[in-house]
Order: sequence, then C-alpha cells, then structure tokens
Amino acid sequence: MSAHASHAPAPKRSGLWDWLTTVDHKKIAILYLIAGGIFFLAGGFEALLIRLQLMYPESQVVGAGLFNELITMHGTTMIFLAVMPVIFALMNAVVPLQIGARDVAFPFVNALGFWLFFFGGLLLNTSWFLGGAPDAGWTSYTTLALNQYSGRGVDFYVLGLQIAGLGTLIGGINFLVTIINMRAPGMTFMRMPMFTWASFVTSGLILFAFPAITVGLVLLMFDRLFGGNFFNPDAGGNVIIWEHLFWIFGHPEVYILILPAFGIISEVVSTFSKKRLFGYSSMVFATALIGFLGFMVWAHHMFTTGLGAIANTLFGLATMLIAVPTGIKIFNWLLTMWGGQITFPTANLWAVGFIPTFTIGGMTGVMLAVPPADYQYHDSYFVVAHFHYVIVGGLVSGLFAGLYYWWPKMFGKMLNEKLGKWNFWTFFIGFHLTFFPQHFLGLMGMPRRVYTFLKGQDLDVGNFISTIGVFGMTIGTILFLVNVVVSAKGKRAVADPWDGRTLEWTIPSPPPEYNFAQTPLVRGLDAFWIEKMAGNKGMTPAEPLGDIHMPSPSFLPFLMSVGLFIAGYGFMYHNYVVVVIGLLVTFGCMFARSVKDDPGYHIHEDEIEEKGVKA
Amino acid sequence: MATHHANAVLPDEPEKATLEGKNKILGFWLFLGGETVLFGSLFATFIALRDQVNGGPTSQQLFDMPLVAAATLILLTSSMTSVMATLALHKKNLKMIQVWLTITVLLGIGFLALEIYEFVHYVHEGHKISTSAFGSAFYTLVGFHGGHVAFGILWIILLQLSAVKKGLTVVTAPKFYLASLYWHFIDVVWVFIFTVVYLMGMIGGKVG
Repeated sequence: MSAHASHAPAPKRSGLWDWLTTVDHKKIAILYLIAGGIFFLAGGFEALLIRLQLMYPESQVVGAGLFNELITMHGTTMIFLAVMPVIFALMNAVVPLQIGARDVAFPFVNALGFWLFFFGGLLLNTSWFLGGAPDAGWTSYTTLALNQYSGRGVDFYVLGLQIAGLGTLIGGINFLVTIINMRAPGMTFMRMPMFTWASFVTSGLILFAFPAITVGLVLLMFDRLFGGNFFNPDAGGNVIIWEHLFWIFGHPEVYILILPAFGIISEVVSTFSKKRLFGYSSMVFATALIGFLGFMVWAHHMFTTGLGAIANTLFGLATMLIAVPTGIKIFNWLLTMWGGQITFPTANLWAVGFIPTFTIGGMTGVMLAVPPADYQYHDSYFVVAHFHYVIVGGLVSGLFAGLYYWWPKMFGKMLNEKLGKWNFWTFFIGFHLTFFPQHFLGLMGMPRRVYTFLKGQDLDVGNFISTIGVFGMTIGTILFLVNVVVSAKGKRAVADPWDGRTLEWTIPSPPPEYNFAQTPLVRGLDAFWIEKMAGNKGMTPAEPLGDIHMPSPSFLPFLMSVGLFIAGYGFMYHNYVVVVIGLLVTFGCMFARSVKDDPGYHIHEDEIEEKGVKA
Repeated sequence: MATHHANAVLPDEPEKATLEGKNKILGFWLFLGGETVLFGSLFATFIALRDQVNGGPTSQQLFDMPLVAAATLILLTSSMTSVMATLALHKKNLKMIQVWLTITVLLGIGFLALEIYEFVHYVHEGHKISTSAFGSAFYTLVGFHGGHVAFGILWIILLQLSAVKKGLTVVTAPKFYLASLYWHFIDVVWVFIFTVVYLMGMIGGKVG
C-alpha cells in the first residue's frame, strides 16, 4: 500500500542487476529489442543458409536434414522470437507515453512477460546443441510432428513456444488494461494515436488467439510425451484438429503482427507529411474490423485439406472481405501524403517503401483467397513470396520505420541518416530481388520446403537472383547494426526531433523513469500538435506537481521464468525430479509475490523539478 | 451486519477503491476471456474425438450418474458460498469472508476427491489417456478443469492465511474478489463439462 512507503528511498541498483530486476516499461522495451534483435540475427542467418543451399540446383551446402531444421527454426524464430518481441519493444516504449501514463497497468507482469518470452526462446534454441532442432516446419503439422517421424527437436518447439506464448499472452492483457484504464485526462478512445489503437486491437487478438495455440501445444505435448492419441489416427485421433487449432491462432497472429506496423506507418506518414492523419475515424474502424475479420478466416490455410466446397467458399469470401478495410488504410495513407509537406528522413523512407510493397503482398493474398486458384498455389513458392511480402516487406519495413522514428525517444540518440538511407536502399532492393522472383518460381511449380531442385527446369535463374537478394538484406541489416554503434557516440536527441504530434514528444529523450512530471491534459487528437498550433510551449498539466509513486524492481519475474525453463527440460527428458524442482521455483515465486505486498517507493517532488531542469 | 470497527476507514467496494484494484479486476476479466478460448478449444477437441474409443470403454459404459451428480451439486454449492464471501466483502466483514471461503474450499476439496476417485476408477476399467483418442480428450479436458480447481483451492487458502495477518484492506480486497470470480468461472466451465461430457456421453450410442 502506497501510504506505508511515503518516504522510502528509491532503491539504487546498477548494471546487470538493474536490467534483471527492472519493471520500468522503457527498460523492458530495450530488453525486448535486444533479445528480439539477437533472435532476428539468428533467424536471418538461418535464412542465409537456406538461400545458399538453394542458390544452385542439386547443391549440397547444408543437406536435406539440416535444411528441414533450418526452415523450421527460421519460421518459428522470426515469427515468435524476432518480430513479436520487437513489436512488444515498440509497444512498451511508446504506448504508455502516447496515452500520457507513468507506466503500464502491471509493471511486474510486464517484466514477467519479457522473461517468459526470453527463456522460452532460449529453450527452443538450445535444441541446436541437444540432438537437433525441430524439423517439422514452423506449422508443425501432425502426424509429421509426432514421435514416429520427428526427433526430439519438436519437444523443444512444443515447450519453448508454450513458455514464450504465456509471456506474450500476459503482455497482451497488460496492454489492454493499460490502454483502457491508464489514459491521461482528456485522452478519449477517439483521440488515441493510431499506434496505440493498433496496439490495443493487437493485444485483443493476442488474448483470444494465443489460448488456441496453448491448447494445440498441450495436445501435441501429450501425444509426444505422455502417450496421448489426439493426432494418432491408429487410435482414433484426428490430425485436422491440430491444423484447426494452429490456424485459429495462426491467422489472427498474422494480424497481431501487421496491425502494429499499420499503426507505425500511420504515425510516421502523418508526422513527415506535416498533416493530420487522413480519415482517422475510418482508420480506427478499419483496424478494429481487420481484427474482427482476422478470426473468421483461418481455414483459408486449409483449402486443400478437404473441408468441402461450402466451407472453402465462405472462408474464401471472408478473406477477400479483409481487403476492404486494408484498402481503406492504404488510401488513407496516400491521402495523408497528398498535399502534405513531405520530407524523407529514413523513417519515412521505410514508411513510403512499405505502402507499395505491402500492397503487392495484399494483392497476392487476395489471389490466394480464391479456393480453386489456391489449389494451384498451395505449398508453392508463390505462397512463400506472398507471406514474405507482407511480413518482411510489410512488417519489417514498418518496424524499421518505427525504430528510426522512435530511436531518439528510446535511447536519447539520433540514428545516422546517411547510414540509415544506405540501410533502407540495400535492404529494400535486396528484399524485392529475393522475393519477387519467388512468385514466378512458385507459378512454375517449385514447391516450398524442398531442399533442392533439378537443373534445366527453368528454376535456376530465379533461385540464383533470389539468393543474390539475400546479400542485399544482409548488408542492410549489418548497416543498421553499424548505425546503432555509430549513433551511440553521435548526436544527442532533443525531446522533439521530428516536430511530432503526439504526447511522447512532449517529454525529454530518453524520458525520466516517471515519464511525465505532471500528467498532461489532452485536448484533442494529435494532442501536442494542438498545443503547438495554439502557441503553447508544452502540454497543460492536469495535476499539480507532487511525489510520484513507483513500483519496486523485482527479481521474481526472472526466477519464475527460469523455473519454467528448468521444468521444460524435465518434461522433455522424463525426469520428474527436475520438473518438480522447476515448478517449485515458479510457484514459490508466485507465492512470494502474493504474500509480500510491494510498497513501491516515491520520487520526491524536489527531485522531479531538478531532473526536469536538467533535461 | 455491523461494520467491524477496524475497517471503519475502508471505502465501499474496497476491491475497486484503488487504480491497482481496478486494473486487477479488468485484467482478470480479460484473462477469463482468454481462458474461455482455452476451454473452448478443449471442448471442441473433445466433441470431435468423444466417439473414438479405439476398442476401449465407451462413455456409456463408464459414466456413473450418481457420482457426477454429487460432484456437480458440491461444486455448484461452492459457487454460492463464494458469492456469500463476496457479499461479506462488500459488508467489509472479514470474519464472514473467512467462514464462507473456508466452506468453499472444503466443498472444492470434496469435489476434487470425487474426481480423483472417479479417475482412478476409470483407469481400473481400462480407460486411460493412452487407450484411445476419447481417453486423451477426456482426461485433458476434465483434468484441465480439475487442475484449475486445485489451483483455486491453494490460492484461496493462501489468501485466507495471509489475510489473518494483513486484515481486509484495499490491497487484500481485490484478491478476495478475484479469487471468487475465478471460482465462479471454473464452476461455469463445469456446467458445460457436466452437459457436454457427461450428459451427452450417457445418452444413446454414437451421436452424429
């Protein structure tokens, strides 16, 4: 209870210990970014090996078995361990600032979400050293993923994703509550910046989509480890159940990924066009509608499963419907730029590059939504090209736009523009070089997930170009890393480097741990811009200056996740002593958290003013 | 019921008196939304597999109405006693909260004992998780629910014990409220299990 701790001193923690125990959303954002970034490099390296293997026909760079592990781990790592955490990094860094909050609703849970994701990802990746990575594809379809056909790697997939998925789920709940309950006075729902709206809808999707994969993974775990028969046709099991559960999660997951990118693009395009976002209300409506329809279309991944003509027709139609709100968004971005004073710093280059690239991916999506045509495209490189256009050309471009845009706010340093432009152009050209030919490879009949191809089938040139493109993306990624290092010694960022429109630009870069010395009063959409246009220097405060209550740092989230990490190995190796030890650690931490109340601490009024002057 | 003098400063609806409390309640409702999808997926799996007995015992041969009816009666009663605890919470009466929660926990333990007895009995009849797809689906769905009941029992006991020391405050009140909400949720899930698993499993032979 806060009253008990009125004058408790702020706990002083430094170095590693500070990062292991932090519950500050801004630091958790950086943790997500670092961990997600490392997994992104791992997934990228796997992609590089895949493309090297496919550079020439009948090549033996990695061989068939390792190739299967690489494609499985590339997909799984990129989706669950790379782009999701970077999305969470930006959500953590930006959403509380955009709604004028001092922190998220559940700072402790926020830290727990990060550590669960981290240890889940770590568990999954230790499979490389413990008998081989999972090799049943990132979709892990049964019966291929059962014991008869797949090695221990799939156990790592099951348990690693289960732990990481829990972290994502509680992260989603946290952001829903934060956005519903923690908005500053005057910040009504229809005044929220688009990125916050997108994060809100994405969090809702996480909440309702992730439990389906949780159940799917539990069933697969029972089949693999405890003699269950869910997917064993010999004992009455049904493999289609896995497909349904996986895609009931998996399709909303696609929108979980892309909606935050839509939000980022909306912010960036509007800021660098010096215009209010065109059609804000329709943007909100389109975001919510995409979120809703996202749950109605999962079976379009299963057109060739044999669900029947009626089911295929309905799911095909529902899928095409999503093109309507998505089209609304694309036209809104174009009309935001129309007549604006457009400038092209790197952030806006990514955003403007996003729009046509994503539109191509969306268009092939509508092609795939036609069931009879899908019978031809299914499991071909056309599909690979489609989803890389939306996930890399769309989402990763959006994430880069967001990183260049919010980097000054997160780290207090400007990223170098010159390196940034090189980063953009090498990655952008490399991306199109890699994936554009894959459309045609697919149409010419090259199946996905096949480790090599034969000479003289017209597949050589396309595959060769595709591999050359990967080098472009690799150089782009390396340039980004160079940029990060260079910028660390570079120019300090001011509070509002882009002449921004929203609340995060009203406070210093990086923000103090309490974010807002005084909670701001929001008077409309683009709250900061309204004040600027009214000739005000900053926001009107909604409260007097006073002591600020902060939550205490805690080591428990780390320990809780370690417990599950340990128990995961116990399950895999049927060592129940280890399971019990791991679970005892986790439940012991939950017990401690429940019994011992967190009094928090207070930042004193004088200290706030002092820091405010310094910044 | 007279207000306890120690709680004179406690606001009305103490579970919602602080922002932390409000956040917890909203967050918990959302969590229950996720749990609904979780159990929904398990139910869907069960319905798809419930006739796949693979030569093992069928649900018609296994299920025993008196036992399940008794378990249902016990759990639904415990739902009512947990409401009584929430009513006592709104009257700021810690003593009655403890009384009603103790009854709730005892009923929960009774339910769990019957379920364990039932499972052991089934295993002796040759109905195991590895027997058939029906066996896997049955134990996973009903076992997930049983696990939730067990967790609820431990959680409520923990809250009761720590409230002895901490009393009823704006910190402990949301916890009691949430525990009661949780307990309701697992009762509602049981109503569906009783209907879908047991009642539908006892009538007729193969369905659909």
